[in-house]
Amino acid sequence: MDMVVTTTIITDMFAYEFMNNAFAAAGIVAVVSGIVGYFLVMRGQTFAGHALSHIGFAGATGAGLIGLAPLWGLLGFTLAAGIVMGALSERISNRDIAIGIVLSLALGFGLLFLHYYTSFATQATALLFGNVLAVDHTMIATLAVLAVITLAALAAIMRPLIFASLQPELAEAKGVPLRFVSTAFLAIVALAVSECAQIVGVLLVFTLMVGPPAAAQRVTTGLWSGLMLSATFALAEAWLGITLAYHTDWPVSFCIAVLSALGYFACLAMPARGRRSPAGRAN
Amino acid sequence: MTSAVALDHATIQIGGRSVLADASFSINQGEFIGVLGPNGAGKTTLMRAILGLLPPSAGTLRVFARAPQRGDPAIGYLPQVRTVLPDLRVRGLDFIASSMHGERWGLPSLSQTDRVMIEATLDAVGARDLANRPISDMSGGERQRLLLAQALIGSPKLLLLDEPLISLDAHHQEVAIDVVRKVCRERGITVLFSAHELNQLLGTLDRVLYLGNGKAVLGTVDEVITAPVLSALYGTEIQVVRAEGHIFVMSRGRDVESSDHLHDHLHDHGHGGHDHHHH
Repeated sequence: MDMVVTTTIITDMFAYEFMNNAFAAAGIVAVVSGIVGYFLVMRGQTFAGHALSHIGFAGATGAGLIGLAPLWGLLGFTLAAGIVMGALSERISNRDIAIGIVLSLALGFGLLFLHYYTSFATQATALLFGNVLAVDHTMIATLAVLAVITLAALAAIMRPLIFASLQPELAEAKGVPLRFVSTAFLAIVALAVSECAQIVGVLLVFTLMVGPPAAAQRVTTGLWSGLMLSATFALAEAWLGITLAYHTDWPVSFCIAVLSALGYFACLAMPARGRRSPAGRAN
Repeated sequence: MTSAVALDHATIQIGGRSVLADASFSINQGEFIGVLGPNGAGKTTLMRAILGLLPPSAGTLRVFARAPQRGDPAIGYLPQVRTVLPDLRVRGLDFIASSMHGERWGLPSLSQTDRVMIEATLDAVGARDLANRPISDMSGGERQRLLLAQALIGSPKLLLLDEPLISLDAHHQEVAIDVVRKVCRERGITVLFSAHELNQLLGTLDRVLYLGNGKAVLGTVDEVITAPVLSALYGTEIQVVRAEGHIFVMSRGRDVESSDHLHDHLHDHGHGGHDHHHH
């Protein structure tokens, strides 16, 4: 009987096109976020990811001001900011402070743009906290194309990126162009942040880009298993979040944020693995 | 046999300052060289030059009779500055794997051959169990061992170990020296081992390369660790005291090796010194 009820609940949910769209868009974005976020966590650059999303807010509101779709403003600003941050990273001695100041400035500009384009203000909430239930087919197609570009670019630099993240001094000695790799990575993060913001909003990109990979790294220490688990966690949290929202009428982004936090703290509470693993056991 | 590393009237500069000026010496293949000298004397800079990261501004530097090449697979390197993110939950196997062909583009891959090679190298330094443990759970000594194993991957002919004993306790320092000696003797690897303390290396090294004041002196301990040679390198009067198999290098009654303050002091004075009279 439980089975029947569950099946009904799910089929019922998919009777609506907006729900199908939400699942498709959230699925695409969750996989990209989980995978890109894994490297963000590995490199200890989560704050940079957070900053990029805030800078994107100024871009999105600015785009609205000149009559463009917010996504393009978001993309343009985060990409430009990511590339500038990558190029400057070695010169800014105290990165956290510089990033913090720039992200506050960007939010300020976002507010200014909203001020001059008052009718756009209704969309401010959607930008800040996401509105996955309003996604249409065009947006899904756009997100899919962006996802392919993001993952292809990441695949192209993945090997030197891992080397440069784990051992920058040795990577430099072996001929890895450190600055190019870090700049390219921040550009990839910018793409992922722009996609992620379409689902959970610029303020909550941590829920899909940091929560799932951080949880995955508590559970497994292997590279590929970590990447797969991170993407799986993000996907599960996104889809379960939408399902939960459908049945409770709570905002989707709230549900995803709760699941992301629960997932992370549950993994944190698990006994650490691999402390005394027997020799010879692979994976 | 060609030299492993040969400098011929080489000058190596960083930001206009000559770290080595008109230096000439030649390290034979299979030698274990202790690289000593005050802070800022150019131990790291010399290694970076050998790695091909810093070409000499004058003279020649040859590594196995060739100009240094960035990414030379014949060189294993353990950098002095070793960034390890505090909560890096990556297991030892993937950490080492990241350095294998890490400069190539595309997706990382770990073939069965690579895995066997990593495990064999971990065995050689007695650290097989580190393959499956995350870096964040390893002690300083274990991380050092992992890095040493990594430097040995790919059968290098030359090993550059930049201050590998820093942040290890006395016991682990001895263990690290023993492991390097054993593996490198077996495989005939040339080693440049930079350190602050000479005494721990006395039983292991073949010759000493002492750097200071823009100059470099290569020779046996008895040839190099003498008052006249070191006084010229430090640019101040140095006494060498031998007691019970230990050697103490003193300046005005203080042990220079254990006195970082003096190192810095000498380093500051080293900026202006451009007298090249002593080789």
